[in-house]
Amino acid sequence: MPGPDDIARETLPNGITILARANFNSPTLSIRGYLPSGSIFDPDEKLGLSYLTANSLMSGTTHYDFQSLYNEIESVGAKIGFSSGTLTSAFSAHSLSEDLNLIMGLIAECLRRPTFPDRDFNRLKMQMLTGLAIRSQDTAAMASMLFDQAVFAGHPYERPDDGYVETVQAIEREDLVNFYQRTFGPKGLTIAIVGAVEAQTAVDAVKAALGDWDNPGQEPLPDFPPLAPVAKPIRKDLTITGKYQADVVMGCQAPERLSPDYFPLRIGNNILGEFGMMGRLGKSVREDSGLAYYVYSNLSSSLGPGAWEMIAGVNARNVEQAVDLMVAEAQRFVSEPVSAEELDDSKSLFLGRLPLMLESNGGVAISLLNMERFDLGLDYFIQYPEKIKAVTAEKIFETSRKYLDPDKLIVAVAGP
Amino acid sequence: MTDQTHFYTLPNGLTVHLKEIHTAPIVSSWVWYKVGSRNEHPGITGASHWVEHMQFKGTEKYPAGYLDREISRVGGIWNAMTYLDWTTYFQTLPANLADLSLSLEADRMVNSRFQPEEVNMERTVIISEREGNENQPHFLLGEAIQAAAFDQHPYRYEVIGLKQDLETITRDQLYGHYQRYYDPANAILALAGDFEIKQMVDKVQANFGEIPTQGPIKPDIPTETPLGGERRVTVDGPGQTAYVQISYRAPSASDLDFFGLTVLDSLLTGPSSLNMFGSGGTTNKTSRLYRALVEGEISVSCFGTLQATHDPYLYALNLTVHPEHTPEEVLQTVDDELKKMMDAPVTREEIARAIKQAKALFAYSSENISNQAFWLGYTDMFADYDWFQNYVNHLAKVTPEDVLRIARDVLNPNNRVVGFYLPEESLS
Repeated sequence: MPGPDDIARETLPNGITILARANFNSPTLSIRGYLPSGSIFDPDEKLGLSYLTANSLMSGTTHYDFQSLYNEIESVGAKIGFSSGTLTSAFSAHSLSEDLNLIMGLIAECLRRPTFPDRDFNRLKMQMLTGLAIRSQDTAAMASMLFDQAVFAGHPYERPDDGYVETVQAIEREDLVNFYQRTFGPKGLTIAIVGAVEAQTAVDAVKAALGDWDNPGQEPLPDFPPLAPVAKPIRKDLTITGKYQADVVMGCQAPERLSPDYFPLRIGNNILGEFGMMGRLGKSVREDSGLAYYVYSNLSSSLGPGAWEMIAGVNARNVEQAVDLMVAEAQRFVSEPVSAEELDDSKSLFLGRLPLMLESNGGVAISLLNMERFDLGLDYFIQYPEKIKAVTAEKIFETSRKYLDPDKLIVAVAGP
Repeated sequence: MTDQTHFYTLPNGLTVHLKEIHTAPIVSSWVWYKVGSRNEHPGITGASHWVEHMQFKGTEKYPAGYLDREISRVGGIWNAMTYLDWTTYFQTLPANLADLSLSLEADRMVNSRFQPEEVNMERTVIISEREGNENQPHFLLGEAIQAAAFDQHPYRYEVIGLKQDLETITRDQLYGHYQRYYDPANAILALAGDFEIKQMVDKVQANFGEIPTQGPIKPDIPTETPLGGERRVTVDGPGQTAYVQISYRAPSASDLDFFGLTVLDSLLTGPSSLNMFGSGGTTNKTSRLYRALVEGEISVSCFGTLQATHDPYLYALNLTVHPEHTPEEVLQTVDDELKKMMDAPVTREEIARAIKQAKALFAYSSENISNQAFWLGYTDMFADYDWFQNYVNHLAKVTPEDVLRIARDVLNPNNRVVGFYLPEESLS
């Protein structure tokens, strides 16, 4: 189990935090990291700017053009990618462990010296617009977008990180350059390296590549406004003609990751729509009614407000029946505590699954980043069993009632 | 890392592959049956996949829900997949529960009930699964291309089955399919993880040794004649985006040319990841088709799919058309690039690079135990385990002349189906 004894952690003078853990079971390594950039900086009329900037970091740099950069990476069978969310821009890479310095050097090159070549900018922008055209036909993506717009109304999370057609069309190359200069820098950058290298070697590789990076103009993340509670039920329907199946996303607001309400809701969510064949929702909507191939629930909690969602893909004529069944499960969840057996089953799952979660280098790297991002501490996995064991049926009941009001659900449907 | 393997066959024909890996307290257990859409015909298309769903409905020994609970309680995972040539069931569990895997798979190899009301409840679930697929342009185009690419062979049907068959297949047809193909002589059991081989051999015997067999199954699969000329299909559907798929008849996995085609694919569209259960793979930005089509702004994405199959199947080039271009222009640009591949041999350096990439992808595939157990059984569905062990060696033997010959052979327009998905809206 990763813990203080085998995780190296070091913060550099320029604000970068490095986490590393050795694993010599296979000759590979995983590198993951994030920094405090993201769509929260995007103006409404150019929403998608952060997304396009992150996707353009590999278009060209001071020392490489697009082809020569990818030639270095692909020739050794490695992979590097950049992405952007609302509060972070992130990177992810894997390679053979012998290529640590090469890959770390290329990540640093993209982070520190992107040139945003004109021709590549236009190509990536067109790819992004095509992605939006495809999104507009994706019932699951559109239902999820409608749900977010309602559940996070008035908060930066209400906006899709990849923007809308008109906002992406408005983005110019200069916008990327400015966005990069304002929001990319070493302050708050966190990087985790896990794999077949000694932890100190990994730390040294990051120091060599990024230790002297500086950007005095790097702006801190803006504060985000508090989220107004949902006052009344909301129903949103979107017709996408020619489709065969509708997607339903429904639910309510949820607490941030650091809230004491997190663990009771996390286990409650498992009982509602994850455990075994998709929990109580799977039993009701799939097994007993045969309405859906997939139906499940999801608790998303990060920094700032979260959401608790119930999700199903059903034939358009069965939408109302599926929604009614899910509302009924929500009502049941806030009418009576979960049974002792259900609670024991789910707690057992959360304790038992760690070896599988932490088997791959990528899985450990994600866990190390979460420890840092949510201030969980390097002993998180050592304390974890106590946090799980402390959850009671009463606590799940009280916490669920605090967030889940079956009379004020947000329901979003996209389909034929 | 100390790995030890033991491969053997029980008297009832069950093939057993065991591999000790002591890096984590986990065992991954897989049972593979040689049955998939390859073993179906009109009237029962989709039966193999439906049988797979019914295998989760419980038996007298393990009633529905019991195993879901037991496996989830320990944080384990279990699932199943059905494909052209095979159906597989797996569990990855804490090592002390490997016995449960053996017991449940031995039980449902013979004791599944297929109760009529459960068959009917699952009918609507599977139709819902198919409708989810039908929402995707790639599925609609792929289904039309498969139907055009084969006249006789059951590869002409999607694994999930035709909708009319899903509406009419009976309980007895499904049960008959199950009884015919779920036989120890038609299966392979593969386990990898934290166990001792000697003890595991005894446990396998105790669980599977007494299961009766009807002997090896020799399915009667029609052979396919050459396409005899290019075929074209067009699918009209919703959206603003056009897609092109060009599918060539390809050699089976056991054909030595499959390795040459693997190298060819790597140069054309980038190396394919071998990894199903972990991080893996690389990008394809330096591949020939990506450079010509995506950097050339004729398409916005490009990838190849080469699949290891028992019988000759399809090698597909998949392209998303750039909004300012047409499917015909995409096809023309692809053809220009393929012509270069057919005109002159590639360099030895290009082949060496493809092999280095394959080696890296191989290393990723050893990162987790589920993936190692997957490979332990998978290759028996179309070849044998040597295919996996000698994979890189086979690639290393491929010469520029091989690639040229295979390019001329496989990438011949008379050997392909060209499919266009044409959107009903246009981006104007």
